[in-house]
Amino acid sequence: MTPSTRKILFAPLVDNNPIILQVLGICSALAVTTKLSTALTMCIALTLVVACSSTLISLIRHYIPTNIRIIVQMTIIASLVIVVDQFLRAFAYEISRELSVFVGLIITNCIVMGRAEAFAMKNPPWPSFLDGLGNGLGFSVILLMVGTMRELFGSGSLFGFSILPLARDGGWYEANGLMLLPPSAFFLIGMIIWGVRSWKTGQVEQPEFRIQPAHNPTEATR
Amino acid sequence: MNSLASLFITAVFVENLALAFFLGMCTFLAISKKIETAFGLGIAVIVVQTLTVPINNLVFQYLLRDGALAWMGLPEIDLSFLGFVSYIGVIAAMVQILEMFLDRFVPALYHALGIYLPLITVNCAILGGSLFMVERDYNLAESVTYGLGSGVGWALAITALAGIREKLKYSDIPDGLQGLGITFISTGLMAMGFMAFSGVRF
Repeated sequence: MTPSTRKILFAPLVDNNPIILQVLGICSALAVTTKLSTALTMCIALTLVVACSSTLISLIRHYIPTNIRIIVQMTIIASLVIVVDQFLRAFAYEISRELSVFVGLIITNCIVMGRAEAFAMKNPPWPSFLDGLGNGLGFSVILLMVGTMRELFGSGSLFGFSILPLARDGGWYEANGLMLLPPSAFFLIGMIIWGVRSWKTGQVEQPEFRIQPAHNPTEATR
Repeated sequence: MNSLASLFITAVFVENLALAFFLGMCTFLAISKKIETAFGLGIAVIVVQTLTVPINNLVFQYLLRDGALAWMGLPEIDLSFLGFVSYIGVIAAMVQILEMFLDRFVPALYHALGIYLPLITVNCAILGGSLFMVERDYNLAESVTYGLGSGVGWALAITALAGIREKLKYSDIPDGLQGLGITFISTGLMAMGFMAFSGVRF
């Protein structure tokens, strides 16, 4: 693997993560993270869709008229999502019931559109495929982290297998109900952003202005 | 009538698209730095949502659902798998038509909403509203109410967040949390506040 392909594939994992740095694709993601199994399904579905749509759009990029490109991209993405949705309904009906509308919402997931518009329209198919794959994985990393924490602390299990025996079943762990409610996902992502930015300080946003430190009173009277 | 009012209140507060279902988060976080722009975007979302949910409801009832083409003499056709493409097509077309209509007849509003309208096509809240409408099998009156209610709820949430962020500028935030991090955490606190409404039922 050459350094440039490695860079395209792995840069979105931490250095340029779509969720925590580019603020893309949070929309349909967080509601499916109460259980690890739905989160994993969502990750696989999104990674497939973004990799395939980037490849396809990049293949026909010279034939798309610029003023209708959004509609063309939308149609390609929507068709791929229909395939994924029909596949899930046929082979994993229970999980597709739990994901409900969120499979369809992959269409408007900003990562897919964003990568098509920003990368696939300007690059050949192979790098576009890698870029799509990398961004899908970057999305998956965050989703799986949030999913693991929410299921482990919210219901004491992972993939439905009990890890921390719950107090109501005779174990010792008192489940944290907040983890199963929507607000906890916001808190967890906020904390992950905090962690990553303390590690990679280059990602810290500059505030618009800082409040001046108060004047030293002895200097003021002088 | 009572059930429609209850549906409206539920759509605005209890099942708020932004805070309970995380829909439209990208725009929600990106356009909430100032109250004025957030409010403008909120109004645009209300208008588009109130139009597209009922129109998609008609598309679903008379073209796509199982046996919907009976009026054409084709009762055994089920086109519901074409749903996603049709809804997103309707949304993109509606946004475009609305843009041209406003440009021609209400230029003042067009200039106020101008840059936000194209953004709305890719806003998950709009598509999400239509998908929830299909999944919950609303009729036409219910879908008008749901479209209006969910739009109002989203607009309320983004305006409130913009208000919080304007005040937040003056606070001393740790470096790593600056910007996006603290926005997520404040949104989480707001979501907890909105959860208190879940007791409001008719």
